[in-house]
Amino acid sequence: MIAVFLEHHEGELQKGSLGVLAKAVSLGQGEVAGVVLGSGVKELAAGAGRYGAAKVYVADAPELEAPLPQPRVDALAQLLGEQEIDTVLFAASVLASDVAAGLAARLDAGLNWDLVDLAAQDGALVGKRPALEDAVYVDVGWTAAPRLALFRPGAFDPAEIGGQAEVEELSPAFEDFSMLATMLEQAHEESAGPSIEDADVIVAGGRGLGGPENFALVESLAKALGGAVAATRAVVDAGWYPYAAQVGQTGKTVSPKLYIACGISGAIQHKVGMQGSGTVIAINKDPNAPIFEFCDLGVVGDLHEIVPKLAELVQQRKAA
Amino acid sequence: MKIAVCVKEVPDASVQKRINPQTKRLDRSGEGALNHFDVQAVEEALRLKEAQGEGEVVLVSLGPQRALDSLRKALAMGADRALLVSDEAAAGSDLVATSRALGAALEREGADLVLFGQQANDSDGAVLWAAVADRLRYPVISQVAELTIANGKVRGKRQTEFGYDVIEAPLPAVVAVSDAINEPRYPSLKGIMGAKKKPQETLSAADLGLDSGTLGEQGSRTSVLALGDPPPRGEARKIDDDGSAAEKIVDFLAEKKLL
Ligand SMILES: Cc1cc2nc3c(=O)[nH]c(=O)nc-3n(C[C@H](O)[C@H](O)[C@H](O)COP(=O)(O)OP(=O)(O)OC[C@H]3O[C@@H](n4cnc5c(N)ncnc54)[C@H](O)[C@@H]3O)c2cc1C
Ligand SMILES: Nc1ncnc2c1ncn2[C@@H]1O[C@H](COP(=O)(O)O)[C@@H](O)[C@H]1O
Repeated sequence: MIAVFLEHHEGELQKGSLGVLAKAVSLGQGEVAGVVLGSGVKELAAGAGRYGAAKVYVADAPELEAPLPQPRVDALAQLLGEQEIDTVLFAASVLASDVAAGLAARLDAGLNWDLVDLAAQDGALVGKRPALEDAVYVDVGWTAAPRLALFRPGAFDPAEIGGQAEVEELSPAFEDFSMLATMLEQAHEESAGPSIEDADVIVAGGRGLGGPENFALVESLAKALGGAVAATRAVVDAGWYPYAAQVGQTGKTVSPKLYIACGISGAIQHKVGMQGSGTVIAINKDPNAPIFEFCDLGVVGDLHEIVPKLAELVQQRKAA
Repeated sequence: MKIAVCVKEVPDASVQKRINPQTKRLDRSGEGALNHFDVQAVEEALRLKEAQGEGEVVLVSLGPQRALDSLRKALAMGADRALLVSDEAAAGSDLVATSRALGAALEREGADLVLFGQQANDSDGAVLWAAVADRLRYPVISQVAELTIANGKVRGKRQTEFGYDVIEAPLPAVVAVSDAINEPRYPSLKGIMGAKKKPQETLSAADLGLDSGTLGEQGSRTSVLALGDPPPRGEARKIDDDGSAAEKIVDFLAEKKLL
């Protein structure tokens, strides 16, 4: 049986996990189970039936309160020992990736990551993974069960089928070392910032700006174009710009008509947040930057030269 | 305090990466370089050592013999010694096999802190630390953008899909850093000169007490079945700035009716 790790936050099953659940159901390989691990999550678990889970395994324990990976590895390893589960699928997230990799080591199980699709071919599961900055698509498999897979964020949409799941409770035992990490502060959103989700034009800045003061360049271009400013995780983590403006896997997903990336390398985790944009322009001094693989106009050059000039030209044009 | 840093040699940025259609593995024959994300983990280790005024920074890597050339860059930055696990039988190791080899090497080292970079830029897995931590039975904190050590505990601040977490764990622990954690130093001339003389040890699977059948493709649980082309993309234009890039962008915007 295929099981899907269902991540939740503040009482809601996450869309990414439900998307993977929908994909698993669509494979037609028999019933699919959901796995919900947390504290006070029984009700939540039952809700997975609506999204296609025939069964939901739920572990409800105080040790699972904080979203930390290691106790979840314990719970899943135990579940796979007790039930006929040969495949566990995860929607990639900070938590799910660590759970999947920990479980792989625990069970000596194969883990394929960054999959964008999964198919059943002659009884075997085959995953599709874009590799080398998405320049090659690789078909990947597993040489033994259990099979573990992480899917790229946003790979699939959830499907509300409207079924009912049979809920089965687990009582996992936890390893001592799994209880050593403690969450002191959780999901703290720092400094509010502008909303970028609805902007038609986004000008985004990355580490290539060279310092927080240079966000002024990006801001003036955004202003000239009547757009919003966004940032990469690298500069948000470094405190150059607010988290609210971050685009990517752990930030916002945006789809403006125009996205101008300034000094951004174009990592997959950034790409997944902006690949729905209409037109993408990239300014980067490194001709080999991955962002040039997924933009409509790539400009190899120094943003410090180009961006101020561009802002001025746009302003002139709008004034004319 | 003893700090182990897991570092990987990856194809140099100047090399056009390709997958060998025969072996279906990444072609590693071209020039190699230290994974740049790992340079930041090395930098963080050096800073921790400097702040404590004592300690040792050990590089631990799994790779071909020639990876020592890349490891020397980190030795030049200030790392004290390098330990390379290298074995014909280990080529093509997946997560299961790689974590087994590194786990065994790290077990032998018994470091107080094991650091990882954000991701290997040839595999983009960003997962290995969690597998290694499980093998070592150490607590793990990933994606750490701010790291502090006090009273035998490591504390990390990191971003998730929902905001910032602060997580603490007693040492020994595994920590994976994010690419915002620091700006790595450049090796000094003295460092570069001295790097060659620093201890560089190569261990085989047997040296680590590992059956070579548990490494490499034999010890792996995943396989690459086929290579294909990505879905076609629209026509992309690329220009070099000759001083007129701003004008060209404006023309492009006008053409796309975006102005
Ligand atoms: C689990 C996980 C989640 C993540 N989530 C996100 C996320 O939500 N969003 C996100 O963005 N990232 C995310 N990342 C990080 C991501 O992998 C990259 O590390 C990050 O996006 C890099 O940011 P950057 O492009 O600003 O910096 P870099 O990769 O350092 O790129 C800087 C670029 O600027 C260019 N440059 C430098 N100087 C100039 C100049 N003068 N003119 C022009 N160009 C210049 C350089 O050539 C380089 O390409 C995540 C990573 C992980 C592991
Ligand atoms: N072969 C290797 N030897 C040593 N460390 C590695 C190796 N591969 C990956 N790493 C470490 O694991 C991190 C994450 O790698 P990955 O999960 O492959 O993206 C890297 O940044 C390195 O710190």
